[in-house]
Amino acid sequence: MEEKSMSDIKVKVKEKDLIKIQEICKSFDNKPGELINVLHKTQEHFGYLPAEIQEVVAQELDVAVAKVYGVVTFYSFFTMLPKGKFPISICTGTACYVRGADNVLQEFKRQLNIEVGETTDDGKYSLNCLRCVGACGLAPVVLVGDKTYGRVSPEGVKEILEEYQEK
Amino acid sequence: MNKIKLTIDNKQIEVEKGTTIYKAAKELGIYIPVLCYMNLEGLNIENKPGGCRICVVEVEGRNNLAPSCSTDVWEGMVVNTHSMRVINARRTVMEFILSDHPKDCLTCAKSGNCDLQDMAVKLGVREIPGQEYAEMSTYKIDFSPSIIRDLDKCIMCRRCEMMCNDFQTVGALSAFNRGFEAAVGPAFEMELEDSTCTYCGQCVAVCPTGALTEKDHTRDVINALSDPTKKVVVQTAPAVRAALGEEFGMEPGTLVTGKMVSALRRLGFDYVFDTDFAADLTIMEEGTELLDRLTKYLGGDKEVKLPILTSCCPAWVSFFEHYFPEMKDIPSTARSPQQMFGAIAKTYFADKISTKREDLVVVSIMPCLAKKYEAQRDEFKVDGNPDVDFSISTRELAHLIKEANLDLNILPDEDFDKPLGESSGAGVIFGTTGGVIEAAVRTAYELHTGKKLEKLDFEQLRGFEAIRKATVDFDGTPINIGIAHGLGHARKLLDEIKAGKSEFHAIEIMACPGGCIGGGGQPLHHSDTSILKARAEAIYREDAGKPIRKSHENPYILKLYEEFLGKPMSEKSHHLLHTAYFDKSRKIEIS
Repeated sequence: MEEKSMSDIKVKVKEKDLIKIQEICKSFDNKPGELINVLHKTQEHFGYLPAEIQEVVAQELDVAVAKVYGVVTFYSFFTMLPKGKFPISICTGTACYVRGADNVLQEFKRQLNIEVGETTDDGKYSLNCLRCVGACGLAPVVLVGDKTYGRVSPEGVKEILEEYQEK
Repeated sequence: MNKIKLTIDNKQIEVEKGTTIYKAAKELGIYIPVLCYMNLEGLNIENKPGGCRICVVEVEGRNNLAPSCSTDVWEGMVVNTHSMRVINARRTVMEFILSDHPKDCLTCAKSGNCDLQDMAVKLGVREIPGQEYAEMSTYKIDFSPSIIRDLDKCIMCRRCEMMCNDFQTVGALSAFNRGFEAAVGPAFEMELEDSTCTYCGQCVAVCPTGALTEKDHTRDVINALSDPTKKVVVQTAPAVRAALGEEFGMEPGTLVTGKMVSALRRLGFDYVFDTDFAADLTIMEEGTELLDRLTKYLGGDKEVKLPILTSCCPAWVSFFEHYFPEMKDIPSTARSPQQMFGAIAKTYFADKISTKREDLVVVSIMPCLAKKYEAQRDEFKVDGNPDVDFSISTRELAHLIKEANLDLNILPDEDFDKPLGESSGAGVIFGTTGGVIEAAVRTAYELHTGKKLEKLDFEQLRGFEAIRKATVDFDGTPINIGIAHGLGHARKLLDEIKAGKSEFHAIEIMACPGGCIGGGGQPLHHSDTSILKARAEAIYREDAGKPIRKSHENPYILKLYEEFLGKPMSEKSHHLLHTAYFDKSRKIEIS
């Protein structure tokens, strides 16, 4: 992303991306206080928030890029990695956790061969944890995209993935 | 004013509305332990994120304990600062903080001078239950030219973040990640070298742990001193003599000039010289440049750039290279005293002692961490050989002296060597905010008016106010002078210049609170402003006691011009004593 020469630091970004980010920032009057809202909109558009996009947001809102990165890494909703075609979220809230969410998570990691926050090489699946979707009666809960799966056991993981194999 | 009555530890007190419990207790002489909280009183530098929870107290009628650093008092409040519940809570909090903290205190650079270590002792921590559940972070250590960052030792007090953002407005550091992984650093975990860091070192000056320390060059200095083929020359910055004594138990503000010279000689330096000499040289060059621009301006030249800005502070130089590159032709082109000294030592002086450049090692003792970076800048090298080989901080010098089993307290006073050890009082005051411009005024006034200054002390230029303005009468011509210490305050003056609203002819800027006396390489002030003030007073005391107090009257400076440089701003001066600045701003480019 960066190229360092003797005297300055350059950040490279595509023109249409730059224009889009400028548009989003402008819709929030380029106010530094709107950083989180700007990041929401930006992620909505790009799907994720890579470094060069954070650099542009920082410049447009006149906040330090370190601060932007701080916000992006603090809130689990924001991601610096592109999500998969089928984003998988495992609830690790209290109810799900005590009913074995961790075992389910481990099984997803094993089957997909990725860690939490990562995306499979083919871009098909990404894996994330979230806290409570308000369906504790169905614990442990797994979401794939918008679809909810309840009372998931490690044994059921394979079955869920098979559903998306051909898609 | 709204007054509030409350009771702390059975003692009654009345304080102003908006006072925190911590401050009210302090007024009563009750010390509540703090870790993340820090306050440099009178400098408007305060960090109170209420994050560490070491300062908790019990408040009657409130269920949970209150962080005293960030909880305001209310009428009739009853506070207990040391109930059993409080004592237990503090120790538990400390145990949590230590649970994921590396346990390498024996070899940590901060050992013996670490707020975290001191607090663990104070709170009686003897074991760290629950360590097995803590996850140790494993960040790569970042070795920049000036600062070493070991983020596994970060306890998220966020003092560095406050200094970097609120005080300096540099914005290189921010808190990132969560939980055990939480730390403070530049964006995308890039190295400091790739960020907008100016190496001012104020993050190091306030870090309560070993997370932020200086790049230590004491081994390099020892190696040079042990090499029989090398002649080793040392220069000492003005602010060092006003603070070094603190590392040996002396009262803040004790001047140790003679003892420091004595210690350096015993360490084996072949020549003990003074950066103050080069400060006098800086005044000759910078003062001449100021007069030159001023004369042109007063003569109606509209092209001339004013105000002229001082250029001695390397963090300040980096700051405008990063943030105001379009104004890089405004600062004086004069190199800093450290670099002027190096350039003269490796030419004029090397010739005098018939030593080849590569056999002469120049070491500088600086109150500063940015000086390490400055010494490594390419423009200050000749065929790869730097004008200043190693720049070490006041703290590192104290370590060297202690390692050599010397006690500064009992060393005799000795004098600097000649010719590069002779300086005027003007050279000394470079070490404190307002000092460089006062030194420049002393010389510029006399050169401009041809008259002798009646009074050398310019009280209106002194003090600790963030931004100071003064008008000095140059025999009928009023010269407007601005002074700022702290890069955030400097930014305000720069914004004024950018907007075409600046009324100043000359501006002095130093990056650190109080100037170099509060530099990132000085003995740690542990958030006590009175220490900085005592150092500044010591600097002015040294100046007042000097037989020569104006740079242009330093006989060795005059001799240097006569024998070697010709006159200020001569071709030789330009080559050796002046520099250029570069655009280092972050640029977004279309790919």
